[in-house]
Amino acid sequence: MNTFIQVMVNGLGKGAVYALLALGFVIIFKASGVLNFAHGSFVLLGGYVAVRTQDDLGFTVSAILGVATAGLGALFIERVLVARRPLADPIALALLTIGVDVILTEEIIRRLGVELPFLGRPYDGKPIQVGDITFFRTQLIALAVGAVLVTLFFLAFRLTGWGVAMRAQAENREAAALMGIRRGRVTAAAWVIGGVLAGVAVLFLATQDFSGSGLSRGTHAIALVAFPAAIIGGLDSTEGAIVGGAIVGLTEALSAQYISFEFSKVAVYVVMLTVLIVRPSGLFGTRERTRV
Amino acid sequence: MSEGTLTADPPAETPSHGRRGGLLSNPATLFRWGVRLVIALIVLTPPLYFEPSWLRVGQYVMIGAVAAIGLTLLTGQAGQLSLAHPFFMFVGGATYCVLGSEDAPGKVGFGLPSLVALIGAILVAAALGLAFAPVSGRVRGVYLGVATLALVYVGLYLGQQWTSLSGGTASGRPSPDLNLFGIKTLRNDPEISFLGQAMEREQRVWYLFALLLLIAALLAWGAVRSRPGRAWRAVRDNESAASALGVNVPRVRAEVFAISSGYAGLAGVMTVMWYRLLKPDESEFAGTYSIVVAIAFLAMILIGGLGSVGGAIAGSVLVFGLPGMLTIMIGGNELFGTSGANAITPAIFTSFVYGAAIIIVVLFEPGGLAALGRRLKATAARTQLGSTLLSPKGS
Repeated sequence: MNTFIQVMVNGLGKGAVYALLALGFVIIFKASGVLNFAHGSFVLLGGYVAVRTQDDLGFTVSAILGVATAGLGALFIERVLVARRPLADPIALALLTIGVDVILTEEIIRRLGVELPFLGRPYDGKPIQVGDITFFRTQLIALAVGAVLVTLFFLAFRLTGWGVAMRAQAENREAAALMGIRRGRVTAAAWVIGGVLAGVAVLFLATQDFSGSGLSRGTHAIALVAFPAAIIGGLDSTEGAIVGGAIVGLTEALSAQYISFEFSKVAVYVVMLTVLIVRPSGLFGTRERTRV
Repeated sequence: MSEGTLTADPPAETPSHGRRGGLLSNPATLFRWGVRLVIALIVLTPPLYFEPSWLRVGQYVMIGAVAAIGLTLLTGQAGQLSLAHPFFMFVGGATYCVLGSEDAPGKVGFGLPSLVALIGAILVAAALGLAFAPVSGRVRGVYLGVATLALVYVGLYLGQQWTSLSGGTASGRPSPDLNLFGIKTLRNDPEISFLGQAMEREQRVWYLFALLLLIAALLAWGAVRSRPGRAWRAVRDNESAASALGVNVPRVRAEVFAISSGYAGLAGVMTVMWYRLLKPDESEFAGTYSIVVAIAFLAMILIGGLGSVGGAIAGSVLVFGLPGMLTIMIGGNELFGTSGANAITPAIFTSFVYGAAIIIVVLFEPGGLAALGRRLKATAARTQLGSTLLSPKGS
């Protein structure tokens, strides 16, 4: 029972990080219709800036710097590349982000060389013992940060003008434009949020507790799990991203504990395939209808 | 087609009913055969003059070309985004080893003739592609792209776990030698020489791969220009309209996925022969059958022009050829004065090049190299000489 509780808490902590990644991913998709394959490279970008500055500036400042860089990087990609082709088809834009991802990832990995620097000094590798149960501090903090950010996002999404504009645009781009909603601004803001969330996620990803490995190509691969998380929830559903993140985190933790560590990576994708076969647009996604 | 659709479809060709004159009587026909002759020379002569290291680069390009042709049919012609190609390559390679090797301790083998193993590998890969139909038939667009990503992880896991088939990540298992009607490919048996050049392993593999690529390309061209190709494009452009025209949409979607997987299976066999080893990957993000390779294939077909068979081959020359060529030319692994762990290696440099090429193609030339080539051809056709040489058949 104790193991089970421990696994559930760890799974939810991981799920919170995946939810942040998936949420950013979904926001970008909703606002601009782009399946952002470059999300993993935003993660690396934020992480890279943070690890390079953490010795001089301390963890907090470097973390803020990393998060800000990831957000600005995303903004740059949107303004300079994606916004140039507003009418391009979704597959073309997805491929465009693959190009961005390849360049950014290769360059950061090259700069890192053989180093695998860790992030999260204040909380990493300091487990808390409660009775027989060991909790990882990273997962607990991730859970808390995730909960706060997600709440903030949903409040903004429901209550602010930007949130209303964003929802209107996701509902119907043309109608939103005719109502005077400035598409460029809404989209740009969405990319910034996506980048910022990716920058926050990496603070937990590149730790001993989470992945056991520092910032590397592996971090990029873990960030890819945002895909199944977003797909399980439905690519255009923000609530779905949270549920998807939690499902992915729990699936990974439970299968690693009760089946095998190797299987845990596949398990996530098996769950995703199962969901897709039953509901091709994810659990909460809008179904595509074809009218003749 | 909507603005921004990425395809390299040629304009519909009008069937020509012109006279079939003698070969020499028509400059356009003569020119076309001249071009074919040049291509044939480019393919056939390198084994006579080039170092084995260059030949290996060329062989690798041909592997990429076969896989990219399969992917361009699926993604370019039929509009299904797939990242699963490395998985089907792995399946093809593993099947070839299992069918073609003798039974050994810890490694299952059926000891079938290698040619049967080759065909079996293609069929098994295609059958697995067909088995994916419940997903590929229901899931659309970008969702399908991510769904296919799952197969890469499945392949990674099975390759690591099912060591009696895959040989395991530690040592792998050796590739069976392809015995083509008495001529062995990976050994000098029987010894052959051609125009004074001994046909050793690299020369043999080159010619074998060239033959396989030729068959693969001809079949793809044939399919694209006839009924299956029209059905694929109809399904891609508008499923409802396609089905109103009598195209069985689920069936066509499943078929093209299977065909594409068969191409990947063949590329997998070629990969195993090239390495002379089947070795499952240790991680999903670096290796012969990893996500990186899936993205490299997408880069090839996008740079070449989605749906274009010739473009897929050109894309492979860039993406799979450039690292090897650079390594040989600079005689090392360090470009631009960088060195050590942070060196810009030819592989990294190639990633920069094709990453940038993807972005440029999407932003400025959605038809890729194929569209560029067609535009050059159109420009040339406006000149006096060009219009004579490039005129349609028999006119």
